[in-house]
Amino acid sequence: MINIGLIGNPNVGKSTIFNGLTGLHQHTGNWPGKTVTKAEGIYVYKNKKYLIEDLPGTYSLTAKSKEEEVTRDFVYFNNYDLLIVVCDAVCLERNLNILIQILEVTNKVILCVNMMDEAKKKSIIIDTNKLSNILGIPVIETSTKDKSSLKKLKETIYNFKEKDVLKIKYEEIINNSIDIIKNDFPNLKEKMYYDLLSYDRNLIEKLTEQYDYNDIVNSVSKAQDYLYNFGIRKEEIPYLIVSNITKKAESITKETVIFENEDYDKKERLIDKILTNRLTSVPIMILSLLFIFWITISGANVPSEFLYNFFFSLEEPLLNLLNFLHLPDVIVDVIVYGIYRVLAWVVSVMLPPMAIFFPIFAILEDFGFLPRIAFNLDKYFKKCASCGKQALTMCMGFGCNAVGVIGARIIDSKRERLIAILTNSLVPCNGRFPALIAIITIFFVSSSFGSAFILTLVILFSVFMTFIISKILSKTLLKGEPSSFTLELPPYRKPQFLKVIIRSLLDKALFVLARAICIAAPAGLVIWCLANIHVGDLTLLKMCSNFLNPLGEAIGLDGTILMAFLLGFPANEIVIPIMIMGYMALGNLVDVGNLSELKNILVNNGWTITTAICFMIFSLIHFPCMTTVLTIKKEIGLKWSLCSILIPFIFGIGICFIVNNILSVFI
Amino acid sequence: MTLEHLDIGKDAEIVSVNTSENMKKRLLDLGLVPGTKIKPILSSGEKEFVAYMIRRTLIAIRKEDAKKIIVREIYD
Repeated sequence: MINIGLIGNPNVGKSTIFNGLTGLHQHTGNWPGKTVTKAEGIYVYKNKKYLIEDLPGTYSLTAKSKEEEVTRDFVYFNNYDLLIVVCDAVCLERNLNILIQILEVTNKVILCVNMMDEAKKKSIIIDTNKLSNILGIPVIETSTKDKSSLKKLKETIYNFKEKDVLKIKYEEIINNSIDIIKNDFPNLKEKMYYDLLSYDRNLIEKLTEQYDYNDIVNSVSKAQDYLYNFGIRKEEIPYLIVSNITKKAESITKETVIFENEDYDKKERLIDKILTNRLTSVPIMILSLLFIFWITISGANVPSEFLYNFFFSLEEPLLNLLNFLHLPDVIVDVIVYGIYRVLAWVVSVMLPPMAIFFPIFAILEDFGFLPRIAFNLDKYFKKCASCGKQALTMCMGFGCNAVGVIGARIIDSKRERLIAILTNSLVPCNGRFPALIAIITIFFVSSSFGSAFILTLVILFSVFMTFIISKILSKTLLKGEPSSFTLELPPYRKPQFLKVIIRSLLDKALFVLARAICIAAPAGLVIWCLANIHVGDLTLLKMCSNFLNPLGEAIGLDGTILMAFLLGFPANEIVIPIMIMGYMALGNLVDVGNLSELKNILVNNGWTITTAICFMIFSLIHFPCMTTVLTIKKEIGLKWSLCSILIPFIFGIGICFIVNNILSVFI
Repeated sequence: MTLEHLDIGKDAEIVSVNTSENMKKRLLDLGLVPGTKIKPILSSGEKEFVAYMIRRTLIAIRKEDAKKIIVREIYD
């Protein structure tokens, strides 16, 4: 097995190349930080087996955040046979910095100049042969559209032979000071001495796993003192070293890249002006949300109806089949009226909106819109003492809050990262969207546009609550000032419509189906048991909902709804089905069908407009699902994962209580 | 002058960077050493968050950090 690492600046298309090589489907998007954990894949070429790791993007080997540590540790401490460095052809010069740094670590490197098609469109000409000669490594031109380039890459990997590569010639005094550290620690990679000389705290900490901290620091001080004799202060050292690298990158670019049209980015700057303008930016963001929801809701109606009828038509045959197998009546009941109906509901009501929402969202992501949203919203996040990158983690939260939580690794400041993690579940994930849409359609407006409008308001409310709770957190539990950060606004790219649509459909649809089956089925069983086990005169279900009822009613809900949220902890998709089962098991047995029948069940169980409003608020603000809580525990520990449950829970109860009391005056 | 006061669309070059240590490293990663050309392109709020063209990429930096970066305007 040949081990390969895939490395480069953020957002240069590493994951696309990874997917191309391995046939796997790592998610890609046009914004820096899409990949924050490493992904592994295997491919076979000419009977050789290759293990390839897609590493988080980084601008340098000096790690400042968790995701950059993953990449640095791989380059410095792993045993790999080859590194593939991916560069963006459009801004090759800056991309060369990381390549030059890596060449100081190893000779086993291949360079992929990616996005050649974009560069060509912008009249940027790159002489890759000359580049290869200067660097001393193979250089391959790749682009997402050109499949043959991947074959060429595989062939180059297959034929790779280590050769002498370009090394930077540093000033003699730097070399001498490096030798001082080298004398004390002879077994490190060349580039690490420069990091140590620049006093890279993160690396020093890492090295204390093997060496004594004081020994390292003393050795570095000796080297720095040496330079001080030549008038170089220690804070100047990093600049001196990096200047050598950037100068090299500059001179290489001068020799190999021609910009035929210096105004190549004129169109992009115009789009930027419109998307970030003081007057137009916020309306554009809200209108795009409205537009996406409108398409989602109006497009989902027909397939929902179709799926429901399809599942309903299968119910009778299923019933017959189970009776034919001579199963006891109770079991048939459980399977058909419990498990099967929940599944049918989850699939027919949940699947169509997801199948429409995600491709559209993925296209926006591919285009490069999300970093502009982060740019526009930063001023508000700053007021909450957090950072604009939180907007990116919220966008990921629309898909899945657990993903949003992991995605918060792109935030450097520990405090701001915690805020982003703790507030992520306030953004409704794909499991909660369809429930919100269903309730809106039933209780407020039935037209697609009207529902989309209200859903947009609901989302704006959740964003507003994110700001409020972030602000409260940074005044209390996570006190602090907004920190420094940089945000890259990548070039716009034409989305690969067909590919994005098929991928997000298959991945999301299959994932949701699988999860629904895994969780809805046992939940159906639990509910059935609760409804059929008697303690005294009452069923367990009745006892539970009676117990929760006072709290439920105080916040505009009822005991069954609260119980559905509690039992829905493993997955948000099943809150409404559990609730319906709960109502049905309590004696109001109605046939659950399309939305109007659902409305009957809810209204018969005492739902009013107030219940609907409180349900939506509580759905936004309660506690993250189990997957998300476990992810939070893994990312930042048990204590904070408990906070992530308690904080939204307390806020949700409080807000629903207030809203319920205010509304009860009017309604 | 400080970067904060550089008008949108004006070219300048970096003289020195006096931000916090972590931010210095971030900016170094982007190749922001003295002599590097920089040009403000987009602004959000009252220059609260400004996107600069640095080595052909668009990088946004907050006002608080821009205050600590000294630049020299380049006149053609």
